[in-house]
Amino acid sequence: MRVLYSVLVALSLITGSLTATAAPVNDETILQPRPARLLSDYNLFVGASAQTPNVGVHPFALRQPLFTDYAHKFRFFYMPAGSKAQYSETEVFDLPVGSVLVKTFAYPADFRKPAENIRLVETRLLIHQKSGWNAWAYVWNEDQSDAVLKVAGKSFPVSWIDSAGETQNITYGVPNKNQCKGCHILAKKFTPIGPKARNLNFEFGYPGGEENQMAYWLRNELLTGAPPLDKIPTVAALEDTSASLDKRARAYLDINCAHCHRLEGPASTSGLFLTYSETNQAALGYRKRPVAAGRGSGDLHFDIVPGDPDTSILIFRMASTDPGIMMPELGRSVVHSEGVALLRAWIKGLP
Amino acid sequence: MRSTIGALVFYLAVMGCSAANAAGSIIKIGPAADIQETLQEALILAEPGSTILIPEGLFQFTGALSLDVPNITVRGAGRDKTILSFKGQISGSEGLLITSDGARIEALAIEDTPGDGIKAKGVDQISIIDVRVEWTNGPDAKNGSYGVYPVESKNVLIDRTLVRGASDAGIYVGQSQQIIVRNSVAEFNVAGIEIENSYFADVHDNISTHNTGGILIFDLPNLPQKGGHSIRVYNNKSIANDTANFAPPGNIVGTVPRGTGIMVMSNHDVEVYGNEMGENPTVNMLIVAYPNEFDDDGFNPLAQNIYVHDNIYGRGGWDPDGAAKEQILPKTGLPLPDIIWDGAVDGVWSAFFGPNSGDAIHIKEKEGTSFANLDFVYDMIVPWDAGIDRDITNYGGSIPPREAIILPQEKTGN
Repeated sequence: MRVLYSVLVALSLITGSLTATAAPVNDETILQPRPARLLSDYNLFVGASAQTPNVGVHPFALRQPLFTDYAHKFRFFYMPAGSKAQYSETEVFDLPVGSVLVKTFAYPADFRKPAENIRLVETRLLIHQKSGWNAWAYVWNEDQSDAVLKVAGKSFPVSWIDSAGETQNITYGVPNKNQCKGCHILAKKFTPIGPKARNLNFEFGYPGGEENQMAYWLRNELLTGAPPLDKIPTVAALEDTSASLDKRARAYLDINCAHCHRLEGPASTSGLFLTYSETNQAALGYRKRPVAAGRGSGDLHFDIVPGDPDTSILIFRMASTDPGIMMPELGRSVVHSEGVALLRAWIKGLP
Repeated sequence: MRSTIGALVFYLAVMGCSAANAAGSIIKIGPAADIQETLQEALILAEPGSTILIPEGLFQFTGALSLDVPNITVRGAGRDKTILSFKGQISGSEGLLITSDGARIEALAIEDTPGDGIKAKGVDQISIIDVRVEWTNGPDAKNGSYGVYPVESKNVLIDRTLVRGASDAGIYVGQSQQIIVRNSVAEFNVAGIEIENSYFADVHDNISTHNTGGILIFDLPNLPQKGGHSIRVYNNKSIANDTANFAPPGNIVGTVPRGTGIMVMSNHDVEVYGNEMGENPTVNMLIVAYPNEFDDDGFNPLAQNIYVHDNIYGRGGWDPDGAAKEQILPKTGLPLPDIIWDGAVDGVWSAFFGPNSGDAIHIKEKEGTSFANLDFVYDMIVPWDAGIDRDITNYGGSIPPREAIILPQEKTGN
């Protein structure tokens, strides 16, 4: 994805110095209570189909991203000129009113050539307005020139050739507004999930070169209240085999599950809490019985049986695509085999 | 793709023109082929206080529906006329998810959801009236788990509702407060009606039949809300609960023996009266502690301050199942008594002299009602004196009557 972004930027530079002449990000449209009908109305991009950000729109990535049917994602944040995000050590940064978090979902035709033939499918905006955060989904049109607001969700076929050369076909689901809330609600308030210190604190390929994202935010005065860089927490990437299984698995659970599975989240009723800082073993699922899992239990008795992934409900539900069984409930129609493999190995090694 | 109605509603909402969908307005859903999209759009864009009408017909859905706008009524033309079928559902873990306060779902049916039928999470004032939730192929482990499922909610009303075929509980109220379940029918589910980890519930005038267990009042550890209490179960019929347990084994209801009438597990301040129980092959009335080991300091596994009185008992206990067959039958012989208490108490003193007042089990039934205290704890301490206590007169006393639950949505005539 990093490679892809650089390529796209390079392409847009060749096609002309767009940033110098483009209209600025449309703060007025951002603050309207009603969403704009077209993504282009916000002026977040100077080259929308190439995902080239406008001035003041910064790209970012997460060390461990949420799995969404193998979609590639381009993430950006925008804050009104001169404003800063408030640092938090454990929770998502507090971005000021007028900010936008942008996430575009895309599928390269062939994952072995991720910078070529990219199909943009959807761009989600989280907009911080006076009344709180709001979520809107924009679905890209056929010719990839713009994306149109979709409030009630939509599903359509998407296919790609995966990194092993196999063709994959899915029904891609654009969430409706309520489904957005299904993950983004925290203590009854709509809240972003991704931009947390621990998930941002690593090197990112900016157009100007590699730089630690937290260093970039600090250097560009985008963040207030942060400690020195060496005091900011970080998590391990899924594929980083130099990190312990525990660190990688807990980071995976944190970003893929814990927005719901925490005391303040939509899955509070389960009593299964998977945030990165959770230390209570029963809450983490160790020999914890399911509550209302129904047939999601798969005839098994415990969420996690240390040492035995085959009898752990957590693995059973991650490996299912049956809507009455699978976890997460939303945002995937295929199994994330790499994630399942990681958690299987982790559970196998648990004492 | 969007129908005219959907497009119109959407257009008006976006333009800020509220004439057609102001508070209290009525949104009619057309019987269009793309009802998935038009109905979901209406559920999102309706102004608070609106009523959404769904016409008569059988409508197919491939994804879950969800409601997050406050004070919305969704009304069909009758629970056998407006049928929302989720047989081909490919996404979403329930048919309808409600997360907004003041919701009222009325006169419609939800069929064949792979997951739960109707779930309400964190809702204040949820009313499910004259609704049917059914898995049309009968009892099957592949059916969804819960028919009607309010959780972490308060002011819950379930009235004149029918649930058939749930692989866990037909009507399941979990971690909620101020609850009425009445005039409803639960049949061919694993648990007919289940109140779990909840406070202040009136369960009355329901019929629970041909389930594995008729009416269950449960409390489980390791949950945000626990210590279930203040529950009245009265004037129900829990009869012929004779369907073999088809729940996936990991779930607590998977342990319920086939043929259980009314079962109280842990909880305190529970009053069970005026019910008719009979033709339940394991036992009509069962009072037990939470049976599994647990890691939760704040959890009380015992059933305490339970008052069972003035019920009518038909035949029961002639063919016990599961744990009742293995653990109770050897102690009582056949048939199992009408009322069974496991005798689990908090410590040696209580094992010898009975629980403190306020923790005791009280029974007042017509003469001839059979009973057994299985004395599980006492027997562990003094195995040479193992036995059971069948003398019902040792369990007199009562608990103070509690006032009926009154819900705000009924006060305002909503």
